[in-house]
Amino acid sequence: MLSYESINELCQKANEQNKKISEIVLSDESIQMEQTKQELFNRMAESFKIMCQAVNEGKNPNLRSTSGLTGGDAAKMEKYAQTGGLCGSFLNLAISKAIAVSEYNAAMGKIVAAPTAGSCGILPACIISMVESGKCKENEAIMSLFTAGAFGMVIAQKASVAGAEGGCQAECGSASAMAAACLVELAGGTPEQSAHACAMAIKNQLGLVCDPVAGLVEIPCIKRNVSGTVIAFSSAEMALAGIESKIPADECIMAMKQVGASLPCSLRETSQGGLAITPTGIKLKEQVFGAK
Amino acid sequence: MNVFDIIGPIMIGPSSSHTAGAVRLGRVAWKILGEKAVKAKIMLSGSFAETYKGHGTDKAIIAGIMGMHSDDERIKNALTLAKENGLDFSFELIQLPDAHPNTARISLTGENGAECTVQGCSIGGGNILVKEINGLEVSFTGQYNTLLVLHHDKPGTIAAVTNFMAYSGLNIGNFRLSRPKKGGEAVMTIEVDGEVPDYLIQSLKILPNIINVILIKAI
Repeated sequence: MLSYESINELCQKANEQNKKISEIVLSDESIQMEQTKQELFNRMAESFKIMCQAVNEGKNPNLRSTSGLTGGDAAKMEKYAQTGGLCGSFLNLAISKAIAVSEYNAAMGKIVAAPTAGSCGILPACIISMVESGKCKENEAIMSLFTAGAFGMVIAQKASVAGAEGGCQAECGSASAMAAACLVELAGGTPEQSAHACAMAIKNQLGLVCDPVAGLVEIPCIKRNVSGTVIAFSSAEMALAGIESKIPADECIMAMKQVGASLPCSLRETSQGGLAITPTGIKLKEQVFGAK
Repeated sequence: MNVFDIIGPIMIGPSSSHTAGAVRLGRVAWKILGEKAVKAKIMLSGSFAETYKGHGTDKAIIAGIMGMHSDDERIKNALTLAKENGLDFSFELIQLPDAHPNTARISLTGENGAECTVQGCSIGGGNILVKEINGLEVSFTGQYNTLLVLHHDKPGTIAAVTNFMAYSGLNIGNFRLSRPKKGGEAVMTIEVDGEVPDYLIQSLKILPNIINVILIKAI
């Protein structure tokens, strides 16, 4: 049985059995949850379906959040992506998907928390882009969510996936690290390369604060789902190119925990610091909830 | 923890604590009421009071009171649905001094006259903690089948209840006793593994010193 207490354990066990991390996780969870592998796969397939629906619904140009502060940007981004932009249509379409799911969440749409509602756009943007561009098959993408989930379980146990505890690095940072690991697996990389991608994604978001305007999961959460997506791809690309993280993933997770604990309370989801207390942040809050 | 705690839950956004957890608080109040609610008075405290509009916390609680789960797409239209279904509701913003920041106090009246007041908080990730039922202090999450045993604080009462459960092969996962004053009314909150048979509840009710037994099925 796996303890999900270190990334190293996942790599070691996968290598011993000459299998992908997703395969050993599915087998292990099947034993631990006393359900067949097929049942667990089907349940994950349902989550994948909800992710695809959220991408599609979120593209609606008329979509607006309950507060009225956000919505409609995914449609703009998708249109722009057709031009190729600076980075090519693949990355720009991935960006539009991250916005779509996050905007749909803010509009009370149905999403899969991955690992949280605030960071729900990153994994769908990454894996659905891989399927749509023909880089992997749908069932491979569904399987890769077991790898993402396993990396997330280690982070949740050893650090945190809650913004109130660890800041945004714990939410979007974790989602990005999970996505980076599963992108490597989808591209045919080794378990070690997944671990390096995870490490690099964490390193790139270490210290990211949680400072939501008006306490809502909108500003800047939606756009941080975009940076999380882009960092997931850049980290996966580096790992696949053979670049290694000098600091191992497990130590990066320890650093994330330590940094999270050092963040002042005002920067951990309380909306008492950062962007939330900028003049415009306060103005937007008053626009939604009225002046105090 | 399992992989679906990380890739999941499937829920209506935007917030696991302010939306998904709020649905569950409404739902647990409805379960305790035990019948269709026709009147709901909801008091919101702390962060719930400050940000409920933007998170749809009001819609979420009403949806839960109507029996919906946290992934129900009708949550968005819950206030309209409530009016159509004859549920009269009101919201009040209060400050409960020592309560968790995300606390709601829900008073319900049922179609056959049942009444209950439930206070609980949303503690993150869609999880909740029920803290008070009809003025009695409790503590349970609603993740397990939960027995609430209202009784007189007399020697041997707890032993009698737990012995009876043991004979029925029911395993206790969590046990909590709340007793406002010595020798007065007290409540056992018992979270159990597996299903609670109806005969067990009936049998517990006729034990000495037992006032009432309520089963709240896992939400």
